[in-house]
Amino acid sequence: MIGVGKIKQNTNVLDKPLSRGKQEVSLSAFAFLFSELVQYNQTQVDNIAELERRLEDAGYAVGARVLELLCHRDKGNRRETRLLGILSFVHSTVWKVLFGKVADSLEKGTEHEDEYMISEKELLVNRFISIPKDMGTFNCGAFVAGIVRGVLDGAGFPAVVTAHFVPVEGQQRPRTTILIKFAEEVLEREARLS
Amino acid sequence: MAAIHSFYIINKSGGLIFYKDYGSAGRMDTNDSLRLASLWHSMHAISQQLSPIGGCLGIELLEADTFDLHCFQSLTGTKFFVVCEPGAQHVEGLLKHIYELYTDYVLKNPFYEVEMPIRCELFDINLAQAIQKDRVTLLGR
Repeated sequence: MIGVGKIKQNTNVLDKPLSRGKQEVSLSAFAFLFSELVQYNQTQVDNIAELERRLEDAGYAVGARVLELLCHRDKGNRRETRLLGILSFVHSTVWKVLFGKVADSLEKGTEHEDEYMISEKELLVNRFISIPKDMGTFNCGAFVAGIVRGVLDGAGFPAVVTAHFVPVEGQQRPRTTILIKFAEEVLEREARLS
Repeated sequence: MAAIHSFYIINKSGGLIFYKDYGSAGRMDTNDSLRLASLWHSMHAISQQLSPIGGCLGIELLEADTFDLHCFQSLTGTKFFVVCEPGAQHVEGLLKHIYELYTDYVLKNPFYEVEMPIRCELFDINLAQAIQKDRVTLLGR
């Protein structure tokens, strides 16, 4: 008969507390998933610039969500308003949560006031990827550049973010640099606040 | 003195997808290496049928007077084999290690098409390191 028996607990998923989540995910599982993401996008585009843009857009979605999650979980809903604050948030907290370690370095660009660089010896997403020679300067780190852009955009610091390979002397593999170029309004606001 | 003369990877249909030689002893030009790969593939398949005991997975070791040939077949039918000097030790372990490198740097590469010739820089670098380390430990013993 309907209605007889245990009453099912209908707890709304929104009422459950936000868990700390699993701290570890299989690297191989992620590597295969990311490889499929790149291959799928390759079938949809005609040229390399399009492919980079698509990977960036995929990363943007991740970045926006990661910002929300980390603000709630790690920072107690505090909002960063200063440039250096949000940059060190990306460099340390976001990198720690996503890749298990803080980024190798955070530098200010010497040529332009609005440029900052996060460098990494080898991005986790690129660990198993060898770019064929005919793809030129294409970097799957565009995905990570998209994540950074998503975080910055969501936090109110619009920027153009790109990933580049920087050859290093004495090392066979080039370093990867995420170049962040902030919009005019961010610098103006920063100047006002200082 | 290199313990390993040459290293081959053949796909499940017998086509050569990777070939590397170390030292002048095992050197072969492209056509010869392709021929040897398909020859080995056929011999491996025939040996599975010839075996008097059922459930044979194929030749694992071929011993001749001037060389040894060790072969490792993965569950998917991809075969990794080395031609090395007679009596070389621990080649099985090396082959398993190379299989791990293959699964990491070739199969996780989005620009690699399965069963096609391997052109992955990271695989080459790590393979060279593995063979070098193996050579060093062999000479050290």
